[in-house]
Amino acid sequence: MNRYPLWKNLVIGLILLWGVIYTLPNFYGEVPAVQVSSGKATLRLDPAAVSGPIEEALRSAGISHTGLFADANSVRFRFDGAEAQIRARDIIERTLNPDPSDPSYVVALNLLSASPNWLTRIHALPMYLGLDLRGGVHFLLQVDMPGALTKRLDSTAGDLRTLMRDRSVRHAGISREGNAIHLRFRDSAQRDAARSAILNSTSDLQLVDRDDAADDLKLIATLTPQAQQTMRDFAVKQNITTLNNRINELGVAEPVIQQQGLDRIVVQLPGVQDVAKAKDILGRTATLEVRMVDDTPGALEAALAGSVPFGTELYTERGGLPLLVRRQVVLTGDRLTDAQPGFDGQTNEPAVHLTLDAAGARIFRDITRENVGKRMAILLIEKGRGEVVTAPVIRTEIGGGRVQISGRMTTVEANDVALLLRAGSLAAPMEIIEERTVGPSLGAENIAKGSNSVIWGFIAIAIFMIIYYTLFGLVSVIALSFNLMLLIALLSLLQATLTLPGIAAMALTLGMAIDANVLINERIREELRNGATPQAAIHAGYDRAFDTILDANITTLIAGIALLVFGSGPVRGFAVVHCLGILTSMFSAVLVSRMIINLIYGRQRKVAKLHLGQSAN
Amino acid sequence: MEFFRQRTDIPFMRHALKFNIVSTLAFVIAVFFIVLKGLNLSVEFTGGTLIEIGYPEPPRIEDVRQALARDGYPDAQVQNFGSAREILIRMPNRDDLDTSRISERVMSSLAAAPGPAPELRRVEFVGPQVGKELATDGAMALLLVIFGIMAYLAMRFEWRFSVSAIIANLHDVIIIVGFFAFFQWEFSLAVLAAVLAVLGYSVNESVVVFDRVRETFKKKRGMTTPQVLDHAITAMISRTVITHGSTLMMVLAMLIFGGETLHYFALALTIGILFGIYSSIFVASPLVMWLGVSREQFVKPKKEKEEAVV
Repeated sequence: MNRYPLWKNLVIGLILLWGVIYTLPNFYGEVPAVQVSSGKATLRLDPAAVSGPIEEALRSAGISHTGLFADANSVRFRFDGAEAQIRARDIIERTLNPDPSDPSYVVALNLLSASPNWLTRIHALPMYLGLDLRGGVHFLLQVDMPGALTKRLDSTAGDLRTLMRDRSVRHAGISREGNAIHLRFRDSAQRDAARSAILNSTSDLQLVDRDDAADDLKLIATLTPQAQQTMRDFAVKQNITTLNNRINELGVAEPVIQQQGLDRIVVQLPGVQDVAKAKDILGRTATLEVRMVDDTPGALEAALAGSVPFGTELYTERGGLPLLVRRQVVLTGDRLTDAQPGFDGQTNEPAVHLTLDAAGARIFRDITRENVGKRMAILLIEKGRGEVVTAPVIRTEIGGGRVQISGRMTTVEANDVALLLRAGSLAAPMEIIEERTVGPSLGAENIAKGSNSVIWGFIAIAIFMIIYYTLFGLVSVIALSFNLMLLIALLSLLQATLTLPGIAAMALTLGMAIDANVLINERIREELRNGATPQAAIHAGYDRAFDTILDANITTLIAGIALLVFGSGPVRGFAVVHCLGILTSMFSAVLVSRMIINLIYGRQRKVAKLHLGQSAN
Repeated sequence: MEFFRQRTDIPFMRHALKFNIVSTLAFVIAVFFIVLKGLNLSVEFTGGTLIEIGYPEPPRIEDVRQALARDGYPDAQVQNFGSAREILIRMPNRDDLDTSRISERVMSSLAAAPGPAPELRRVEFVGPQVGKELATDGAMALLLVIFGIMAYLAMRFEWRFSVSAIIANLHDVIIIVGFFAFFQWEFSLAVLAAVLAVLGYSVNESVVVFDRVRETFKKKRGMTTPQVLDHAITAMISRTVITHGSTLMMVLAMLIFGGETLHYFALALTIGILFGIYSSIFVASPLVMWLGVSREQFVKPKKEKEEAVV
């Protein structure tokens, strides 16, 4: 009766084997590596194109790397020692950035897991350590939604003025009051005309009438809830994208940039110690400038030869061609209200659609009328340095504030350009509302303290269990160590962030997990005391204890889940490990220990005595 | 080895009233201190800045205080943290303070102060809006735990059990919080997590006893309710002590090796585990008794099969 069928043994064995494999990467430590990421907002990293020349350069310098890893934002090379790493960094730097004053790529020193490639291929990675364990900076940023809303309403008010003028509706003033736009009219006929004009042109506004006096009629326009929602999502996403581009510049190994809640963004920069620089980068604002291209014959050649004509600047276009741009700014990003990728209505080519506010539209109409056939350049200015986003040719006069840039663009490029244009104009302001910095020495100390607690606690429990329950105690301890292993394997697989509270949860969960085995062992003793045969006692002990174990674990799990749902930061780290630990402990305390007991006693026909540390009755 | 070889049931229920008076007293005292002294809430709840700095050799706290006061932080609290070589600086949020630059400015003013060179170990800045949220989230988590556990126990057992278990364990929670109020230990998010974990863990203890109560009611006839409870508790006493002993060993390891960061977390757990044993045996079980649990609630009367008359 105390035998598991073969399939059950096999399944348990396979799960344990899986646990061993996924725990392995945690024991290999880390090796030096070099990370390459894009250093410019306008440059997209192409791993294939970058890694070729780098490998070539490394080979000719006689340095061999031990692994190449590429993801969407970076390429990483692993090296045998710190010396090779530093030399490789210099070589890669020289290869990718011929001009040190204007680096296109960020080449940074880094650490990568040293686990063998076959483990990495099956996604067996070491546990993802939180900032309190590896050192680094954590920021919680709040996007200023009221600010973004005000900005949006201001530009909408401008648009409405233009609309009224275009439709020849006479109004007595349009102004923003709080979160609404007030349009004033002298008679109701004009107000009706205005209402239909607005409703025909946009679906983002909802209108309410208000009559303050017979000759003071008002139309109150507010953004519809959907429009507000879209605006909020958009502002947060826009900021996240902008942050992504900027943080690449720091050369951080695995930055985390995530939305949290409705209007917040979490930024985690492991290993970063220079908080001031990180804050500069987060707080930096990019601006957008529209300027005219100087196409006077000979001017570009002169500039390339070294004498840049007065009042112009030399830039490089996307694609590498030189471009001479006038210093005079025609339009700034403030006037841009939207930029979206899309397609040309006639040719179906990828295009970017820009929307300008009323004032911007007027300037743009004038400038395009005077410069048909010429080129204009849109520049993104960051850190006082400009990048040409795009430099289209003006084909006709463009009025109405709706601009389309098309031609010679792929869909991906259109997306990029739209993104960059928005980065320079639309990002809502952000404020740091939480900051945590952990120095690297404290991180290492925290790991040592946490793991010491787990190890010593474990040893104490193991010694006690083996003395108190002898063989059954040993089996419980083996089951408990499998529990720890499975928990680590699960954390590694899920890549859940392990923090110091997480390690504490690990210790606590192990301390609680032994409860199941104590329940079982006590129950078996009791059955023996009541005169059951050894085999029957084992069977009944496991069977009857199971209900209790289940109830007890579910109540603990309820507390764990509540922490997971409502916890943030350190509490969440605790809750994740706690909940996972309850699940693994159910498995190992009941199934694994039973399997071992079965293997020991189940095959014997007649068991004289169970080694349970029980004195004879 | 065996610690408990109890042949006769220990008459716990005979002393139920005395224990409940003790518990009520402890509870009232805890509430009294929570109300009177309040909790020493950490930066996470109150908002503010916390900076931990390490020195190669012990600095003079007075020097640090003066340097900070000179540079515009007269309200900074400075204290040792863990060892004499580490200090912790706390600053409340003020409207006129540029919060995003505090850590850099503090470091530069400390570097300029006389004494050994400081090394920044940790900075925590929490804005005022976050703190409030954390407090409400904590309260929500507590409510969810209470209702979740009550619902589960009511489903698995009986409402009398669920009510007694929750009362007994809330009593633990209040006593832990009472300790924190009395000693003015810092109440942080981690401590809150520990408190909630203890809540789950102590309920688990009550569940184990209740499980046995139910089983005894079903199996043994002719025992009075107090006798059943005594029997169940006595049967489980060995397991109770060993389990809690093991968990306590782990928690003590954390208290000893875990350093300053885990200190209060481990302390909350230690108190919680000790009171968890007490409350399951001496609070939950008498409550069940007084709420009127009886055998009939567990043994379903067998339905007589109606014979079909042809």
